[in-house]
Amino acid sequence: MATYNLKVNGKDQQVDVSPSTPLLWVLRDHLQLVGTKFGCGIAQCGACTIHIEGIAVRSCQLPVSAVGEQKITTIEGLSENGDHPVQKAWIEHDVPQCGYCQAGQIMSATSLLSQNPNPSDIEIDQAMNGNICRCGTYTRIKKAIKTAANSK
Amino acid sequence: MATVKTTLGRRSFFKSSVLAGGGMMLSFSWFAGCEIPNRKEAAIIEMPEEWFELNSYIKIGDNGVVTLFNPNPEFGQNVKTSMPMILADELDVDWKNVIVEQANFYPKRYDRQFTGGSQSIRQGWNILRTAGATAKRMLVTAAAQHWQVPVNEVTAKAGILYHTATNKEITYGEIASLAAIQPIPEEVELKEIKDFKIIGTSKKNVAGTAIVTGKPMFGIDYQAEGMLIAMIIHPPAFGMKLKKFDATKAKSMPGIKDVFKIDTLKSDYARNYFDTTTFTELITVVGNSTWEVMQAKKEVVVDWEQAPEHTFQMDARGDKIAVHVPAGLESTIVHQTKMNQFNKNPGRILRIDGDPEKAFKNAAKILERTYSAPFLAHNTMEPVNCFANVSAEKAELYGPIQAPEFIIGTLSERLKLPKEKIQINLARMGGGFGLRAYGHHMIEAAVISQEMKAPIKMVYTREDDMSYGIYRPSYTATYKAAMDENNNLIAFHVKAGGIPESPLFPNRFPAGAIDNYLAEAWEIPSNITIGAFRAPRSNFIAGAEQSFLDELAEELGKDPIEFRLDLLERAKNNPVGENNDYDPERYAGVIKLVKDKSDWDNNSDKSRGFSAYFCHNTYVAQVLDLEIKNDKPMVDNVYAAVDCGIVINKDAAKNMGEGAIVDGIGNSLYGEQVFKDGAPQKLNFDRYQLIRMSEAPKSIEVHFVENEHNPTGMGEPLFPPIFAAMANALYRATGQRHYQQPFIPKKKIIG
Repeated sequence: MATYNLKVNGKDQQVDVSPSTPLLWVLRDHLQLVGTKFGCGIAQCGACTIHIEGIAVRSCQLPVSAVGEQKITTIEGLSENGDHPVQKAWIEHDVPQCGYCQAGQIMSATSLLSQNPNPSDIEIDQAMNGNICRCGTYTRIKKAIKTAANSK
Repeated sequence: MATVKTTLGRRSFFKSSVLAGGGMMLSFSWFAGCEIPNRKEAAIIEMPEEWFELNSYIKIGDNGVVTLFNPNPEFGQNVKTSMPMILADELDVDWKNVIVEQANFYPKRYDRQFTGGSQSIRQGWNILRTAGATAKRMLVTAAAQHWQVPVNEVTAKAGILYHTATNKEITYGEIASLAAIQPIPEEVELKEIKDFKIIGTSKKNVAGTAIVTGKPMFGIDYQAEGMLIAMIIHPPAFGMKLKKFDATKAKSMPGIKDVFKIDTLKSDYARNYFDTTTFTELITVVGNSTWEVMQAKKEVVVDWEQAPEHTFQMDARGDKIAVHVPAGLESTIVHQTKMNQFNKNPGRILRIDGDPEKAFKNAAKILERTYSAPFLAHNTMEPVNCFANVSAEKAELYGPIQAPEFIIGTLSERLKLPKEKIQINLARMGGGFGLRAYGHHMIEAAVISQEMKAPIKMVYTREDDMSYGIYRPSYTATYKAAMDENNNLIAFHVKAGGIPESPLFPNRFPAGAIDNYLAEAWEIPSNITIGAFRAPRSNFIAGAEQSFLDELAEELGKDPIEFRLDLLERAKNNPVGENNDYDPERYAGVIKLVKDKSDWDNNSDKSRGFSAYFCHNTYVAQVLDLEIKNDKPMVDNVYAAVDCGIVINKDAAKNMGEGAIVDGIGNSLYGEQVFKDGAPQKLNFDRYQLIRMSEAPKSIEVHFVENEHNPTGMGEPLFPPIFAAMANALYRATGQRHYQQPFIPKKKIIG
């Protein structure tokens, strides 16, 4: 066990866990931030996607000991009132079905748009290919990303 | 205007004894399941000081805010929006004043709380309309009483009651207290279809905002005071069972509370159809946090042994039957050989029209093709999980479940608690696809909690989930068509079977359209557990049948669409047999619609596949266009035409259809679970390939036939036919027919 001081969604958080604990489980079990989802545990499905310094990262494969001082953002901290342009676009296109993968999809999409404000279809495919949606909402996700890109 | 007796769905009118304060039914409202339809409205919806319950589905606040309860479990099919839309329309309220709440499992209050078979809307239709109309009638009666005017002079519109002669009006909220104490009318009038205001429009998913902001809503998100985390260890292969285990090291690891064996279903228990459970003896590891439990799980040393053949008792609608489970460690390669053998033997004849034997004997030409498909895992994105808190007096469960009514009795028997002492609360499910019709996880969680005397949340790893079973079965079907010397189709023969069930529907199209017809089925027993998977059986046989009809049309020199329309014309004008399980006119209707929308006649240069199917009460026809790029099929456009009667929530229905198409394309190309010596070989998404964004169609159009038939479901019917639309388009693109699913195995793993 070791103590870690994490910067999560703009707040300082202290946790006492083993160093190998993936950030996913620190968020979900210790900080009650359950918007970040467990899907596969091997960084193949993208349900656990969060931002480290604004970049999309799979939290299920990131040990808490590797995070250090870096800023962590989860779906809960993406915007104050759920009004990030990507979240608004998701509502506009009524993207979700079951909804389980969508936090991860949104975190990947926001990271993409922050680096590439007007991605092409192929760039969207590349950035989003790590996020599985078992319900098959991909066409709507792509439309929502384009809407969000155009709204900036 | 239709008048219905309110005895239909009488349970709807059971009222709780506590009326005021909004406290009723909210005893388990841990994260307030309320969802406000539209974020913009959220700011202006103010909670009332007092709620008045009109019936189980509807309560109205003194300020006019209306809470509608969604009775059915939600797994992404959006019943949480569409079922309340039906209530709201008949109640005649403004959607922006509606709050939707997920009902928990409460069989005394709700008529049918089962999500499956694309039946929620179809079977909920009359119940919900009646519940809405009854509440409206009670409001009208109350207003008439209040104004001392005849009831038939009071009208209602969008939450306001009017008496035009005296120029009076009053809101639902103002009269709700008086309405709630009105007697339940014996019969009520339902709206005419033309008067629907909400049904047939597009309303946003009521859970949309909660989803995009990451609010807790799934079983796996549940937190409770003092809650422990539990995981299970199950045998690594079908046909294996626990011999012994050593948990000395695991128990000494940080955060671990206990490691022990559990028995879920006792050997003398007579199971119901939804009690499918693969392993009844499991090891459980219980601790403080998920990661600690995961680590300890790896350190449990287990000896497994082969399970002998055995039987269990099944309660088949009152009759107790013994179900035989064979011994042995099965492999995919052996399955394939066995299926080929069985398919050569005579099967059980399920339908025979005319004299197929003679027709085949006299045929000038015979086309024969065999199709097969592997086992599939459901792979819901949310792994199996359940929260349970079981004490000596009562049990509380919260988790993903499609069919709570089928697990409550099992829980009662296993926990030795009366059903009334067991509360099943309905979490939003991170996918279902049939898997969550089976409640073994609720039994497992409850037994662990009972043993630990503590609240626990049991969670499967992805590997536990993918290797647990309850798969879509593996199937094989052989189709044969006989043609005379003038190249006319004279006989049709389908023989289909699988492990462990046949996918055959003997009375479906093209039965009824061909004079000489034979349908035969066969089955091979197995110890691999199977269960409902999005459009059970149809999800294979549609693809086989529609691929064969495509090849047959080519053999007959006919356009694939005209060929189907000719057969349907025959079935309509002069049907063969009497039990034909489709309406040829509605079937032809979707084919004509998709022909028109895809501009079929002017696109013969494209690599496009056509397919159509009728299952789960809904008619579907599809056209799929693809191109081969870098040796991979890239789907450009999919056009779908659907006849599901009245469409409740148009854009949401389209979303369902799009999802089913993407799911079907993915499974047709990649989906398979493979076995070697009983062990599933694909345990996670590194080897079990699911469709990803770059492989999804560029565009999908879903069109609806407009009619006034009662609504039918959308969750399943668009899934089965797309397998053939894909295969038929691949043929146009490559010149090769595809008979074995998956069409593109990522890594051929032969067991």
